[in-house]
Amino acid sequence: MTMPFYVPPEQLMKDRADFARKGIARGRSVVVLRYADGVCFVAENASATLHKVSELYDRIGFAAVGRFNEFESLRIAGIQQADVRGFTYDRADVTARTLVNSYAQVMGAVFASADKPFEVELVVAEVAGAADDDRIYRISYDGSVFDERSFAAMGGKADAVAARLASDFDPAASLSDAVKRAAGALAAASGADGVPLEVAVLDRTRRARRTFVRLTGERIAELLS
Amino acid sequence: MPGPGWDWAGRSSFADLLARTAPEALPRAVPSDVAPHGTTIVVATYAGGVAMAGDRRATWSSQIVQNDIEKVFIADDFSLVGVAGTAGVAVELVRLFQVELEHYEKVEGVALSFDGKANRLGGLIRANLEGAMRGLGVLPVYAGWDGARGRIVSYDVVGGHYSERDYYAVGSGAPFARGSLKKLHRPDLDAAGAATVLVQALVDAADDDSATAGPDAVRGLYPIVCTADSSGVRRWPDAEVEALASRVLEARRGRPDGPGAPLL
Repeated sequence: MTMPFYVPPEQLMKDRADFARKGIARGRSVVVLRYADGVCFVAENASATLHKVSELYDRIGFAAVGRFNEFESLRIAGIQQADVRGFTYDRADVTARTLVNSYAQVMGAVFASADKPFEVELVVAEVAGAADDDRIYRISYDGSVFDERSFAAMGGKADAVAARLASDFDPAASLSDAVKRAAGALAAASGADGVPLEVAVLDRTRRARRTFVRLTGERIAELLS
Repeated sequence: MPGPGWDWAGRSSFADLLARTAPEALPRAVPSDVAPHGTTIVVATYAGGVAMAGDRRATWSSQIVQNDIEKVFIADDFSLVGVAGTAGVAVELVRLFQVELEHYEKVEGVALSFDGKANRLGGLIRANLEGAMRGLGVLPVYAGWDGARGRIVSYDVVGGHYSERDYYAVGSGAPFARGSLKKLHRPDLDAAGAATVLVQALVDAADDDSATAGPDAVRGLYPIVCTADSSGVRRWPDAEVEALASRVLEARRGRPDGPGAPLL
């Protein structure tokens, strides 16, 4: 008969955190940053159809790194919550803060008690009428939430990307400058050149209700040139 | 939020999600004589697109209860939906349909095909409004750009849907509007021509149906006119519809019944 060993909770949590971090570190990085007209998402992504960045609601976008199946189900759950709330109350009542709360709850609960923690990290970003009210929230694998003032970097080389971005960050940059800086920081950190980029924006200047726009390959090349 | 027993069978459909999580928010069938009615939507294709227009009147019994109601809506980037019938139910149905299309697009990453959208609208009616349809509670008409041409889809009282060829009308003034469309519509019309035909048809319907309003120059209330073509949907600004309606009414000073058609 095998004897169960006592594992102190500190060790248990540390093991889980190490496990989640390792899973997240395997993937490429994603940057979410403010620019003059809103929030810009830039991800290194070899696939043109398996997105890391997507629309949650009219003014709210989502970005993720880590295991695809896990962040995909979190993404859909976010869309579902946003759409149900917007339909039963009003479109204006759907806020990033509510979604972030739900993500933090579910990721925290899974980290503490499920078989294994989520190996994902998320960003939920929201644009407002004025730049000062834009929000970028980063949610870690254990459910902790960070209110990022100007940009968020996630994935394997997050620290290196963040350090490089911090050196010349400008919240009033044009879209072209913002994408160039993000692409430069991602390329420098990963050491790989020419990885296809997935770029999307939440553009407050759009007259349409939905501010999320996924940029085409042509448009990305144009912004980078 | 997803857990181990995460049910994703109907995850692309907002209506299915709502039925599971907040069924009380779904539109319900009501007897058709208890609430205000909106009437008369007309649709016509033209070379390169499709146009839809609706008058602004809502009636209850023999009273006019609203003269600025909107019954023609933009469903998504390439399609339009108009609903005649019990106004409260119609508006809720359209709202549900709009979120249904957007929800699918966000979850799946691509928009539904035109026929997929038309089918889905029929499904929503069958699932939620079957009772109401029997008493002509709500009757939608769907139109849009399918990637190659303008299309019109009509619905019947059991949620079945049918592709219409050139023009269609729904609501209490529809028989009169359809007669007018029959004489005026030509397939080689442009967008402005199709809009003119639709406004003429609404004026003809208003002539003979008490529940349909003509253009109201005194209050500045004109039909809602929307078009869908390869570049997307557009709701015509009030000023453009006003100019169009004024020309139609001005021409009718000489001939109140509207333009005549050749005998042969």
